[in-house]
Amino acid sequence: MATSTEEITHESTGTDADSHGHVTTTGISNEKVGMWAFLGSECLLFGALISTYLLYKGRSISGPTPEEIFDIPYTSVSSFVLLMSSLTMVLALSAINRGDERRLRLWLLATALLGASFIAGQVYEFTAFYREGLSLTSSLFGSSFFTLTGFHGAHVTFGIVMLLSLFGMSMRGALNQDRSEVVELVGLYWHFVDVVWIVIFTVVYLIP
Amino acid sequence: MASETATDNDLHPETLGGDHAEHPSDARYVKIALFLAAVTAVEVALSYWQIPAINSYTLLLLSAVKFAMVAMYFMHLKFDNTLLSRLFIAGLTLAVSIYIIFLLMSGVFIG
Repeated sequence: MATSTEEITHESTGTDADSHGHVTTTGISNEKVGMWAFLGSECLLFGALISTYLLYKGRSISGPTPEEIFDIPYTSVSSFVLLMSSLTMVLALSAINRGDERRLRLWLLATALLGASFIAGQVYEFTAFYREGLSLTSSLFGSSFFTLTGFHGAHVTFGIVMLLSLFGMSMRGALNQDRSEVVELVGLYWHFVDVVWIVIFTVVYLIP
Repeated sequence: MASETATDNDLHPETLGGDHAEHPSDARYVKIALFLAAVTAVEVALSYWQIPAINSYTLLLLSAVKFAMVAMYFMHLKFDNTLLSRLFIAGLTLAVSIYIIFLLMSGVFIG
């Protein structure tokens, strides 16, 4: 009975099979729906961290203050680097959709390197702030700032690991045009950490 | 029979906005990235221009424009199935609503 219902559903919907050959009622792969639902839930996580930062902003009883330690030109360059990594990521997806595996590897590696540059910049920034007296426990500003940007940095680091894994898969010949959805899913995650940084950069660094 | 036809129409990808509409070309992606870089440059310039009341709203608006451009073009929400947009917008709307109310109740925007 269950089998016949399933058959009717598949036949009547006439939906496309996803990249793994499964048929879904919406015509979209379950993995892709799952990734978007996950990203929607991540909005709540980062929303909580940004709200906490705003709540504690200006309420520290000891320094240093954001105005004293932020280096806007330096962080602007880091933001530009992360923004450009979104471009290289989307070019990687475009390459695999065309079946161009050589360019796929090139753009994946470029994206991972840009991401690593962003993280290196963040590590340098954190070290500089620590030397100036700001730590996770020094003030409300320190706690909320390091928690917010640290969580974002951890997401970027996880994204770099996934990008390098894709690069390795491609080198082994395990990533071809038929499996382009894997690149798309990692790309969605990568673009999401980029849009989160767009908000953090404005709310934390630029707005006085 | 009739109900089967209705199910067919309701669930077919095209009726939900199409699973995969035509994506932009590489050249268009580069143009979008240049636009985003230019907006970032304007944001940084504005942050040095000390008019707090105007700047905060302008900076938030520019940030929202960048967010929307990345989501629509780089994440393909503009071209993919509308179900995916709904999933993401639901989470985003929930987060923004909850935290704005929370911050208003905490008096963050006062003074």
